[in-house]
Amino acid sequence: MSSTAYALTDSWTMTRRELARWGRRPAAVVVNLVFPVMLLLMFGYLVGGGRGVSGDYLDFLVPGMLALTMAFGLEGTMIAVTQDLDKGVIDRFRSMPMANGAVLVGRSAADMLQSALGLTVLLGVAAALGWRPQGGPDGFLGAVGLLLLFRFAMLWIGIHLALIAGKPELVQAVQILVWPVGFLSNAFAAPESMPDWLGTVVEWNPMSQTATAVRDLFGSPGGEPGHVWAAVVWPLALLAVFFPLAVRRFSRLSR
Amino acid sequence: MADAAITVEGARKTFGGKHALDGLDLTVTRGTVHGVLGPNGAGKTTLVRILSTLLRPDAGRVEVAGHDVVREAYAVRLRIGLLGQHAALDEELGGRQNLELFGRLHHLGARRARARADELLERFELSGTGPKAVKQYSGGMRRRLDLAASLITEPEVLFLDEPTTGLDPRGRAEVWDSVRSLVGGGTTVLLTTQYLEEADQLADRICLVDAGRVVADGTADTLKAAIGGDRIDVVLRDAGQLGAAVALLPVAKDAVTVDTDRRLLSAPVIDRMAALTGVVRALEEAGIEAEDIALRRPTLDEVFLRLTGHDDRTTEAA
Repeated sequence: MSSTAYALTDSWTMTRRELARWGRRPAAVVVNLVFPVMLLLMFGYLVGGGRGVSGDYLDFLVPGMLALTMAFGLEGTMIAVTQDLDKGVIDRFRSMPMANGAVLVGRSAADMLQSALGLTVLLGVAAALGWRPQGGPDGFLGAVGLLLLFRFAMLWIGIHLALIAGKPELVQAVQILVWPVGFLSNAFAAPESMPDWLGTVVEWNPMSQTATAVRDLFGSPGGEPGHVWAAVVWPLALLAVFFPLAVRRFSRLSR
Repeated sequence: MADAAITVEGARKTFGGKHALDGLDLTVTRGTVHGVLGPNGAGKTTLVRILSTLLRPDAGRVEVAGHDVVREAYAVRLRIGLLGQHAALDEELGGRQNLELFGRLHHLGARRARARADELLERFELSGTGPKAVKQYSGGMRRRLDLAASLITEPEVLFLDEPTTGLDPRGRAEVWDSVRSLVGGGTTVLLTTQYLEEADQLADRICLVDAGRVVADGTADTLKAAIGGDRIDVVLRDAGQLGAAVALLPVAKDAVTVDTDRRLLSAPVIDRMAALTGVVRALEEAGIEAEDIALRRPTLDEVFLRLTGHDDRTTEAA
């Protein structure tokens, strides 16, 4: 087999490892999928509101929740990577004649799969609640693509931060940070309803860019035409920074 | 050297200004078990991590199975097995799943990976574990599975980094048995340990490492001989007389160790019988009562303390 073929099989083996782990703890997987659904129900019906939103709140909330779910995926990535580092599993992989990148590629593939599954469940629940996207099939696919692109950027930030943190205990610190970043967005309320400075922060949040573009593509309130480019550029910019940083950090484990 | 499985020349590694390896030299002959003995922080783990391509040395030449660990890391990885200090397993998965995973990553292919997993589970008496997740294993079982995982491809050189640290005596015995069964198959084993007994039990040759250097190298017997052969132990009835006894015994005063709690003094001797009669006579003349007098070979502990200069016990004499 050529080295490319090895790289592909190794990456696939690493992805399968993650799938086998899911099979081992189905409850944890279900909790992971149900959590965003719970948030959707909580904000949609319990907390209610949606300050500054013109139109149906559920239409506004669903894209925000989808983007938030992608952002929260960062935690899962970090926990998995730090656990492997801490247990020495990554050391074992690195001492084996396997493709170097497969550890990271396998991780990204598995996390993207999980996030795609999370999106499907959340969209399914939203549809059951009566939510209907208005943007047609092209808009729908485009929105899903933007969400997954945003998740992909979060994934590499997660890998990089995990490689820096090294220990699962330090992930907690990041978990605490993910929340304000997730909520300092336009996921639940329109920036126009906020104090000026806060509204500005919220509008600049990359997650808000994705949410706004997805609203546009779904034809939901809060969407702005022509915002799609920002939802493409932001994740790509984050990737341009964090992908090389993560890869470099990984190869420098041997320093 | 043609029959060297491991060659290390002047290996250096610095972490933030601290020398983990400070010009370490080591040669391990093919098919032997080499014990690397040293206290915490001596550089043992750094050495293993360099040998197993996980770390690059700052300087020096390091070859494993005839290949340079930096320039030919891939060739080295094809030929080694590594048992790190902590069991490097996927705790969520079962034993078979772990071994199949590592087998596939060694490119055995699905069928051979499965067959090899079965074989190794059988060999390490783990066949009965079924689908149980590794996190439910006992310490000894986990270590055996870890060892099995490092033997997927029957490596030429196997590194065991403190394989029994943290195990209870039963787990330790299990791992020792497994290591013994490997030797003879032609595998070269480099074993690091803090336990002298472990090195004595398993290793053909031992090197003592301290502060990133090899301070002594040889068989257990030559190392013992190197520090003056036999010792005499004297247990007194009254601990208060230890000082007086040290002063009048016909032995080298600076090499005497004193253990007040056990009312014991111990000293190296050159001529066994002359030392014994000399000690008995001196004690009798001074009217110091002894409970026990014995001649014995030194333990590796004493060898180590002596050679590394960390021998705190001689200073307790006063």
